[in-house]
Amino acid sequence: MTFLAQVELIKPPEIEYSAIAPVLIVLGAACVSVLFEAFLPKHQRWAAQVVLTMLTFIGAGTALGLYAGAETTTAQGITTLSGAVAVDRPVIFLWVTLLLLGFGSILLIADRSVEPGGAFVADAAVRPGTVQDRAQATRTGMQTEVFPLTLFALAGMMVFVAANDLLTMFIALEVLSLPLYLMCGLARRRRLLSQEAAVKYFLLGAFASAFFLYGLALLYGYAGSVKLADIATATAGSDKSDTLLFAGFGLLVVGLLFKASVGPFHAWTPDVYQGAPTPITAFMAACTKVAAFGGILRVLTVAFERTNWEWRGVLWGVAVASMVIGAVLGLTQTDVKRMVAYSSVAHAGFLLIGSISLTEQGLSGTLFYLLAYGFTTIAVFGVISLVRNADGEATHLSQWAGLAKRSPVLAGVFTFLLLALAGIPLTSGFVGKFVVFAAAIQDGLAPLVVVALVASAVAAFFYLRVIVLMYFSEPAPDGPTVTVPGAFTTIAITVGAAVTLVLGVWPSFALDWAGAGGFIF
Amino acid sequence: MTPTYYLLLSALLFSLGAVGVLVRRNAIVVFMCVELMLNAVNLTLVTFSRMHGELDGQVMGFFVMVVAAAEVVVGLTIIMSIFRTRRSASVDDSNLLKY
Repeated sequence: MTFLAQVELIKPPEIEYSAIAPVLIVLGAACVSVLFEAFLPKHQRWAAQVVLTMLTFIGAGTALGLYAGAETTTAQGITTLSGAVAVDRPVIFLWVTLLLLGFGSILLIADRSVEPGGAFVADAAVRPGTVQDRAQATRTGMQTEVFPLTLFALAGMMVFVAANDLLTMFIALEVLSLPLYLMCGLARRRRLLSQEAAVKYFLLGAFASAFFLYGLALLYGYAGSVKLADIATATAGSDKSDTLLFAGFGLLVVGLLFKASVGPFHAWTPDVYQGAPTPITAFMAACTKVAAFGGILRVLTVAFERTNWEWRGVLWGVAVASMVIGAVLGLTQTDVKRMVAYSSVAHAGFLLIGSISLTEQGLSGTLFYLLAYGFTTIAVFGVISLVRNADGEATHLSQWAGLAKRSPVLAGVFTFLLLALAGIPLTSGFVGKFVVFAAAIQDGLAPLVVVALVASAVAAFFYLRVIVLMYFSEPAPDGPTVTVPGAFTTIAITVGAAVTLVLGVWPSFALDWAGAGGFIF
Repeated sequence: MTPTYYLLLSALLFSLGAVGVLVRRNAIVVFMCVELMLNAVNLTLVTFSRMHGELDGQVMGFFVMVVAAAEVVVGLTIIMSIFRTRRSASVDDSNLLKY
């Protein structure tokens, strides 16, 4: 009895359920979705999973809207779960962005009209190249496990952008990465490429998360805590070892930059984008980028703002490297998906410029850029999935010659999207670049902006090359055909292109929303 | 013994793992090297935990172990599936995607 009296009662942490409801809904639905896989007969699974996933997005969106609009919600935001998760204005923006982009990706993933049975393999256990494998290419089933995997990955991304300590961030990083590794290997056609992409992504991803983790450990040694706020306090003025701080920071950032596919940590990007099933590539390109940059923004702003004189030069160089690698290597590509991958490396460089600005404008500009870029990318990959021949998608650039003659609508939409990626006015790409570069100039990063403008001009060349190819070449007689998409893909492409236009013509509402407030910790 | 030695040991193990990932050919061995890196991190965490005189670092070590276990499940699945196709786990054979 005396012993019990001495034991201090451990208080469970306060949980603000209404704030984290969107994450809980997505995670809960992912678990239900796994149960569907276990208990439903095979022919019912696709329909059940699609309905469940749609309901999840509606539910999570409603919960988020209710929380953000409620009277009791503080304007600046809160931290909950004893400070492990912060729900503030940037997080709400990023959650909405992730849910919207995730919904767009799910539409592409669920589509069965473009490829009979969907873009995913009917039975992943069958060895590629065997008789059974050729038989399954025409079967109409698919591995519906891809739905729970997507939901888990999305929940991981949502936690990742809200994580207020490095351990939560690490767990979220793994929860978002592990399903992605698996989903990369599930393509119905060209399964060897797909599996190879999965192996490469997995080995490099595990390597990068080991770096992240060692950075976490060193920062724990430095600050005595992994909370971002405590690390910030420790850097304020201390006699602690700078070696630990900067070694830890460097390793941590390598892990984050890898996920964001910023060059020179981009080596996996082209291979994985090319090998993975196109809907998964869209999901990775849009949502993973949003999550990774959300994490980078928070870590840099909250934990390391005081030391920015020391590290800014390094990330300056990384941004230049990323833009140059993306723009120059993009020129040499002959495959559409690889070309978009290098374009995403260049865009990651632009986003990094906004992230290292560390001002309110830098934060809101980067958030807007993520929203704009995500929608454009989903529509781009939606269009890419429609150009097909007997072997599946025809991604070689030479096969796209004269496509405007076969399908003027598709060529028109794709042209518009490429112009948005290049950053032509009246598209969201232009506004995104403008706000990010303006913030960078205000914060004294003018030389970096000059490099970025040159890189944009170089990158514009390879976008225009595709446009010229589509409009001013004769189509090959045995060229690919353009599939007429079903409702899902049509909606995804239309919404993606429409948002690209709306954010380009009337960006003020989204900019205001992105600039509604800063991080709290 | 000062705890610094343990930190140096874990840095050494981490570096060995990193070098192993870069130079070894067999995907399984590469993966084991990644695991070595994760375990080196565990040693660092536990040492710092001891130096700070608190338990946080040791608890983090548990999280790392759980994540490492999950990673093994996913990783071996992927490596097995490509091994069954190619009859080889060499990362040099995975060369269809390049340039």
